[in-house]
Amino acid sequence: MSVLLGAVAYDPKVVTIWDGFRSWLRESGVDFDYVLYSNYERQVADLVDGRVDVAWNSPLAWVRARRLAASRGVPLTPVTMRDTDCDLRSVIVVRADSSVRSVGELAGHIVATGAVDSPQATLLPLSLLRAAGLDPEADVAVRRFDIGVGLHGDHIGGERDAARALFAADPADRVDAACMIDSNLLLFGREGTLPAGSVRVLAQTPPYDHCTMTAHGGASPDVAHFGKLLLGMDYANAELRPLLDLEGLKQWRPPRLSGYAQLERAVDEAGFYDANGAVTAAGYRP
Amino acid sequence: MPAVDLAGLGLDEGGHLLLARALAGLSPGERLTVTGRHPALRLHLGAWCRAHGHQLASGDDLTVVRGDAGDRRWAGAVRAGAAAGVPEPRADQGWGLAARGALVEAGGPPLGAHWSQREHVWADIAPQLYAAAAASQWDPATAVDWPAPAASGPVDGVPDEVERAVVQLMTYLVENEQAALIIPARLLSQLHPHYREVMQLLASQAADEARHVEVFTRRALLSGGPLGTSSAGGRASLQTLLDEPDFTTASFLLSVLGEGTFLDLLRFIADHAPDQVTADVTRLAGRDEARHVAFGVSHTAHLAAADKSYLGTLRQAVERRHSALQDTAGLNAEVFDSLVLLAAGSWSPEAISRGWRAVRDLQSRMDEGRRRRLAYIGFPDDEAAELSALHTRNFM
Repeated sequence: MSVLLGAVAYDPKVVTIWDGFRSWLRESGVDFDYVLYSNYERQVADLVDGRVDVAWNSPLAWVRARRLAASRGVPLTPVTMRDTDCDLRSVIVVRADSSVRSVGELAGHIVATGAVDSPQATLLPLSLLRAAGLDPEADVAVRRFDIGVGLHGDHIGGERDAARALFAADPADRVDAACMIDSNLLLFGREGTLPAGSVRVLAQTPPYDHCTMTAHGGASPDVAHFGKLLLGMDYANAELRPLLDLEGLKQWRPPRLSGYAQLERAVDEAGFYDANGAVTAAGYRP
Repeated sequence: MPAVDLAGLGLDEGGHLLLARALAGLSPGERLTVTGRHPALRLHLGAWCRAHGHQLASGDDLTVVRGDAGDRRWAGAVRAGAAAGVPEPRADQGWGLAARGALVEAGGPPLGAHWSQREHVWADIAPQLYAAAAASQWDPATAVDWPAPAASGPVDGVPDEVERAVVQLMTYLVENEQAALIIPARLLSQLHPHYREVMQLLASQAADEARHVEVFTRRALLSGGPLGTSSAGGRASLQTLLDEPDFTTASFLLSVLGEGTFLDLLRFIADHAPDQVTADVTRLAGRDEARHVAFGVSHTAHLAAADKSYLGTLRQAVERRHSALQDTAGLNAEVFDSLVLLAAGSWSPEAISRGWRAVRDLQSRMDEGRRRRLAYIGFPDDEAAELSALHTRNFM
């Protein structure tokens, strides 16, 4: 019974998390190990090639893995996701006193986004602009905050810098709108990056899903057992709770694939990947 | 259905407190209706519920379904003993730094405190002694009538040779007080904070010694001359105290035997002090040392009363220290001579003879004091006399 998982090292805490899970899983009878990747693109390639049994994928990584695997006839099996991965929304905010009242009115304005490969702070919000008839390449000036490129927006820094740029002291640095995920809207408010009442939500996406764990091939008994153990992790367990807190969940949930249609569309609109999962985004080098 | 109205409050400005308070009164699975005017309330609620294990139900109304993550977090929590009364016989390392009596969430790093059993560290008198220590702290700057700083030079009315004796004694006292500071500080760092009053007492003891180091140093420098000598034998004696690994034997050797002996020494210096500052600093230090001795004696007696065989361990500690110091000079000869001169007051043969007798009487009072404390701890008189005789010649 052995499982090798791939995860992206978006933060040093990833080592703590998976070391801790590894101990617990091994005690529970799974010969588990993990490898860390510096970016999601290489992890996806290795998942589809079968170099790892399962990959802890960002939503964008899932979109690419699905396309790449389908083009090669490789089956993939969803394993699990976090309770916190379900029904997220992204928002576009403007300063509370902004004259901009609708997404369409952003034409000719500067819109700050997260990193080029951030689903929540770039791809999905820019899709909102397109839905309102704006071409992000031509009708608005997109100012990207490329922090942690290759991490698919797991690094919060780009979103925070985009939010700060709304209130930049130097007019040359100031932006008219900023894109972020709902939880960061709340976080930036509470930490004072965006003081309460300082911004107005101009638009929000419908709910979508975030990370998902994916296995290479059909459901092997080893992976099925591994998935069952994850689903059984109890937040009341004092050994696991700090790890679950670090990973940002209270419990693992059975996977669902219904929450990625928006992102699939946004990826196509932006030409980020082609239908076969090749990276086609201009200037994207993880 | 239970409801909460957040009025205009967002969850980024405290609204979550009202929400959490309302949810606390519900059981997992129960629903709470939320109303409010904040424009981003639905977005805030969605993000907040996800992060806290609740669910924002779909629909036009804002309805939160209470999750059970909070209950699960506290499911294995325990109280770190009772806040009032005698502390627990064993302090759990998992309680960590939690206050005695606090509700402690399971998990978190264990403390790794070496002294975590009551019988190893406790004395029933510790709370009263700590209260006394806290009430008796004194300010070295004002508790002693220091001469004006400009007056550095001969101390008023003190003959030069007697002043040199005082400086030598102060030099010796500083060295001893430094050892007496390090030992409780070291024990403190290994003590489980569940035994709070002992921790506080040891902290005040270390603070006491810090003041003693200050006032003795200041007195030594009063006449502007160089300090006295530090002998290898004296330092070897103190080093054996620092090397003692056990809480109770360290406390026994330092406080019962060492500081107990020092009570007589400090009183002797105060009684024969040639100036007010010397009298004041030794009297103030003696008052503090009496508390240290009281804790050492009652803690050791507490342990020996519970386990008679512990007297054997204490005896071995004294014998071990004696044999370690057998080939050293013990007390710095210049310290002994200084005591004689201090009591003599001058170099005349009659005065020296008087001083000699006074120091001999001091040594016999020290011996009586040690025997009395050893007997209180539980040693039979003959054994107390024998152990007292084995005590270091360095006094501390």
